[in-house]
Amino acid sequence: MKEISELKLPENVKYTEDHEWVRPADGKARIGISDYAQDQLGDIVYVELPDIGSTFKKGEAFGTVESVKAVSDLYMPVGGEILSTNTALEESPEWVNGEPYDEGWMIEIKLAAVTEPDSLMSRDAYIELLKG
Amino acid sequence: MKDSQGTSGLILNEPLLWEKGKPGRHGFSFPRRDVEINELNENLIGEGPDFPDLSEVDVVRHYTRLSQWNFGADTGMYPLGSCTMKYNPKTNEKQANLPGFAKAHPFLSSGLSQGVLKLMFDLKGFLSEITGMDAVTLQPAAGAHGEFAGMLLIHAFHKSKGMKRTKIIIPDTAHGTNPASASLCGFRSIPLKSNEDGILSPEAVSEIMDAETAGIMVTNPNTLGLFEDNIREVTDIVHKRGGLVYCDGANMNAVMGIVDMGEIGIDVLHLNLHKTFSTPHGGGGPGSGPVCVGKHLEPFLPIPRVVQTNGKYSLSEDFPDSIGKIHAFYGNVGVMIKAYSYILSMGPENLKKASQLAVLNANYIKEKLKKIFHLPHDKPCMHECVFSDKFQKNNKITTHDMVKRLMDYGFHPPTIYFPLVVNGAMMIEPTETESKEDIDFFIEALAAIADEAQNNPDRVRNAPQKCKVRRLDETAAARRPCLSG
Repeated sequence: MKEISELKLPENVKYTEDHEWVRPADGKARIGISDYAQDQLGDIVYVELPDIGSTFKKGEAFGTVESVKAVSDLYMPVGGEILSTNTALEESPEWVNGEPYDEGWMIEIKLAAVTEPDSLMSRDAYIELLKG
Repeated sequence: MKDSQGTSGLILNEPLLWEKGKPGRHGFSFPRRDVEINELNENLIGEGPDFPDLSEVDVVRHYTRLSQWNFGADTGMYPLGSCTMKYNPKTNEKQANLPGFAKAHPFLSSGLSQGVLKLMFDLKGFLSEITGMDAVTLQPAAGAHGEFAGMLLIHAFHKSKGMKRTKIIIPDTAHGTNPASASLCGFRSIPLKSNEDGILSPEAVSEIMDAETAGIMVTNPNTLGLFEDNIREVTDIVHKRGGLVYCDGANMNAVMGIVDMGEIGIDVLHLNLHKTFSTPHGGGGPGSGPVCVGKHLEPFLPIPRVVQTNGKYSLSEDFPDSIGKIHAFYGNVGVMIKAYSYILSMGPENLKKASQLAVLNANYIKEKLKKIFHLPHDKPCMHECVFSDKFQKNNKITTHDMVKRLMDYGFHPPTIYFPLVVNGAMMIEPTETESKEDIDFFIEALAAIADEAQNNPDRVRNAPQKCKVRRLDETAAARRPCLSG
């Protein structure tokens, strides 16, 4: 498992306590799980994502991620409508492990409130959370 | 410690049956023909199945070798938490093999099946007495099937009262099959966090128990191996608001003859005969998951039911409110016979003692190992205890590494990474089967592994060394499973 100093934690996303990330742009946002989350889960073997067009509130489960260790729910960091999902993960769930912020993204949403991501954690605040 | 039980003795490789044999080889000869040759209807002629041509000795060696790769409760200690891998006394097999039972057929009339029907009728009574519940169905084929049947019963109860309730509360210390069973029945699972002591707080239940909630599914003792101390208050809250309480009884081995489930407010409870009542488990045979209910749910139990009139036993389908049939015929009757044999061999006092010893054994392990492994909830446990790899993580050794190493010492690994509420969980259930000497040996092995994690971490990381195969590629198995021969 990685030390905190070894984790990839980009500046251009916001983080949640449940270890999801959000990258907002133009009223939309991409969402996935952090490098810490994928490292804790171990090898991801399956990702279940929602139907396009469905709407979720902040904190609602939008899907599940299954690793060799466990199945975990994925929670909406912010509210919104699903515009697209990363269907490539059906064939290549390992991208969540290798490139959690790029090829391993999970959903793209239309933000219910454009400013909602501002309330989430910055990189520095997230590192503090991980240090406990 | 004395020598490890694990050795690297000769274990023979064995290919798939399709890679063995030769065309034309066979295991038996047809008897001499004593009827006239008759042409086969052309419509019945086709390619045969793709079976390999094998001799009897090919087949016997194949399965004997596979059996030698296996590890079971007959081989050694199998402390797989929440699975209750207790020893299954051989007398159970002997009773189930009595010709009257073994040769019984479900199409025989009830007049010719009085023995097996009486056994089923009496077994229902025994399970009622052991659990404190009013009525029992023996039909469900396993625990999760029992959960599903239980959910159907709860649904039927609410429907009969003209209520539509769509949610079920599921604590984070319940068995993983619980939310799946609720969803399969069409309910929405509402997760509930346990408190810092690892049990349910009545306040948290009260907050989410509303008029749309059909009930709660608790596992008691829960998956942290802890008894739900607040269960009485929890069941009161749920009942007052019109809900029902389901109890996953997979952990019943901790409380046989000690807890009256009816008394603490349980409405529906399933049992795993293949856990608590010593019938074969997992690959060893089919399971059985009887469901026990309170009087108010009896009308809804599955049909057919074994009934008794004037000393005669028969099957009746005359229960109009029943949820119907949930298994072909009457369930896995062979398993019921073995559980019946176990209950009668033990008697009430010894069933209670089995639970007491199972709890004592788990607490002994917990106390002996709690300085070596992190114990998230340091309080008396029931029949299983849950450690984590928090201390060993400093040396980058995980629970996964340590349990692989435990195999080198000749023990089956415990349940790992469950319950999810404990990071790096290692859930140990010794059952009442093990002697103090064997438990001490197990404790010594785990202590030796903790020492290796500190002083020789690579040995732990490279375990197992003595098993037939080393670490398997679990990721490839899950991502690209090969499901055919």
